Amino acid sequence: MDTLYFLVQNTLPVAIPLLLVALGGMFSERSGVINIALEGIMLFGAYFGCLFVYSLQGSALSAQLILVLAMLVAAISGFLYSLLLSFAAINMKSDQTITGTALNMLIPAVILLFSKMKFNSDGVTTNVPFYVRKIPVLGDIPVIGQLFFQNTYITIYIGFVLFLISTIVLYKTRFGLRLRACGEHPHAADSVGVNVKKMRYAGVSISGILGGIGGFFYAVGVMDGNTNGHTGVAGFGFLALAVMIFGQWKPGRIFLAALFFAFLRMLSRSIALIPFLYNLGIDNTFYKILPYLVTMIVLAFTSKHSRAPKAEGIPFDPGAR
Amino acid sequence: MQLDIKKITKSNGFSAFTSALLAIGLGLVCGFLVMLGASPENSLYGFQTLLFGGMTRLGDVVYYATPIIMTGLAVGFAFKMGLFNIGASGQYTMGMFFAMYVGFMFKPPESIHWLLCMLAGLVGGILWGFIPGFFKALLNVNEVITSIMFNYIGMYLVDMLITKNSTMYISIKARTAYLPASAQMPSLGIRNSGANISFIIALLIAVILFIVLEMTIFGYELKATGYNKHASIYAGMNGKRNIILTMMIAGGLAGLGGAFYILSPSTIPGASMTYEPINVIASNGFTGIAVALLGSSNPLGIIFSGLFISYIQRSGSLVELYGYKPEIIDIVIAVIIYFSAFARLMGMAIPRLFKGKKSRHSESHDDASEPDNPPEGPGEEIPASDNPAVEASGEGA
Repeated sequence: MDTLYFLVQNTLPVAIPLLLVALGGMFSERSGVINIALEGIMLFGAYFGCLFVYSLQGSALSAQLILVLAMLVAAISGFLYSLLLSFAAINMKSDQTITGTALNMLIPAVILLFSKMKFNSDGVTTNVPFYVRKIPVLGDIPVIGQLFFQNTYITIYIGFVLFLISTIVLYKTRFGLRLRACGEHPHAADSVGVNVKKMRYAGVSISGILGGIGGFFYAVGVMDGNTNGHTGVAGFGFLALAVMIFGQWKPGRIFLAALFFAFLRMLSRSIALIPFLYNLGIDNTFYKILPYLVTMIVLAFTSKHSRAPKAEGIPFDPGAR
Repeated sequence: MQLDIKKITKSNGFSAFTSALLAIGLGLVCGFLVMLGASPENSLYGFQTLLFGGMTRLGDVVYYATPIIMTGLAVGFAFKMGLFNIGASGQYTMGMFFAMYVGFMFKPPESIHWLLCMLAGLVGGILWGFIPGFFKALLNVNEVITSIMFNYIGMYLVDMLITKNSTMYISIKARTAYLPASAQMPSLGIRNSGANISFIIALLIAVILFIVLEMTIFGYELKATGYNKHASIYAGMNGKRNIILTMMIAGGLAGLGGAFYILSPSTIPGASMTYEPINVIASNGFTGIAVALLGSSNPLGIIFSGLFISYIQRSGSLVELYGYKPEIIDIVIAVIIYFSAFARLMGMAIPRLFKGKKSRHSESHDDASEPDNPPEGPGEEIPASDNPAVEASGEGA
């Protein structure tokens, strides 16, 4: 039972960033723009979130309040960074994959440059204790309390709420319907008076916001409040894309896919703590490779019947047929 | 005379060239702005070094250009078919590992050792290029995702295989031993330069690729598929076979790049012929994307863009004298890629600019030339694209 608690407590802080970023990717692609820049957006959000925490640490504010404020900073910076993608992809009709790659390459270099010059290190290190040993009252509930309300971060509750909001926005609002239309058949949407460019800007911007928050939550839940230009977010943005495809661009499935991937990754990091797997004597590297390999296996089986938005990656040209 | 200029400015090559120049210019401007933000007092000297510093190290420019010309060719060749080979990094790493393995573990006659290592690198790259091709052609998986995943898989795998191998890996130093001298690429004999035969081989390969693309049926089919996939299938071309073949060739090119990198001794003793497994994706693969885009995927253009990128990288290593960090070059390269992605649009704007000036000139001081320009005229295009550049560096600061 203790092992189960351990697994759940360690999976959730990893799953939430994946979930948020994958949802971000979903919003972007559902509006018709491939967002491969999620990795860069995450790192951008994480860096500015951590910088903000760094500037506030030592002040009288409580740790959880700092976390929420820094989350907002991360969201705004993610949004701003995503504007670079929106501008290139929507106004300049650039190749979205290449633009995304450029944005992914830009940000680690910027972080390394400025951190080396300002802090003489590869990133930002903070020491605000975000970790929550036990949530009052809720943490005392038997089993459930131990699973979800002990040894955790408040990021997982915020993340879950954002997940619920995202689902409602995508399926239950007029905005969501229009957004989806722009990703499936922009000309049809255009013909009934939907402003495709605006909707795509909205889609990419939401992905920027969620990506920024996801990046910061990664820094909090996985990296212990630090960001580093060298390792960045360790391919989480790309994994999130895989999660999104695995989840077939649907929030509910993305939620499950994120849990699954987070579980795999958590395994790779804590093999030594799980006696059963440790005794198998398999090299740790295999567990590190596992999430990527599973992605490929899953994609191999699902891509034939992929439910990808039909117009994703194609710049909108009102004059085209 | 007027006709000539029109002919030149209208040609595809000219448009590619001007857009590449434009992207480079914007990249450098961005680099300058970042320098200005980071440390204003040194920015002028720093920028000067950035532009001209590489002049003092031309031998090194060639040495470092070779691997990125190869990854550039790997990306560019796949581009011709409309495939985005972001996996050059993994293919490069695989090629490097295969070359190293043969270098350490095999003891063939000394004179052909380096050749065998090189061929092993080719095989490693082909293997890692085959996978995304296979997934794309037969399973309809987007090659971008496959390539990215296999970048990570390849990197972890190689690092594991190296650290497990006691002949190759020296755990106290946390890096591999030095490759034997017989595995070195023969030097070109230029003083104070690591330039070696691999550069000549890279040039030959680029020329061969150019011939393949321009003069063979395979090259024609490849480009046709890149222009219009459905039309090429309708015309009876075997798209699936071509996808796999293209990715294998691209992988082989990147793999050779990795082999060249690890088999080339540099002028600084102890700084080459060894590898440090630190779980980081090889950056030369991504630099290849910039090289390919700047060379507009033309194998001959890629030679020059590879040399150029290598040149500013060498310059970048010198800016540390002024308190900057070499990462400034990565920023410049990223910005160049960013603008290359839509530079074609800007490139088209330049000939129009020429034309606009001409007509303005002929009609002398008359504002009537305004309607001559299309609504999204050149005058608006270029300043508009300046904005994100400022934004990028501004946010970074």
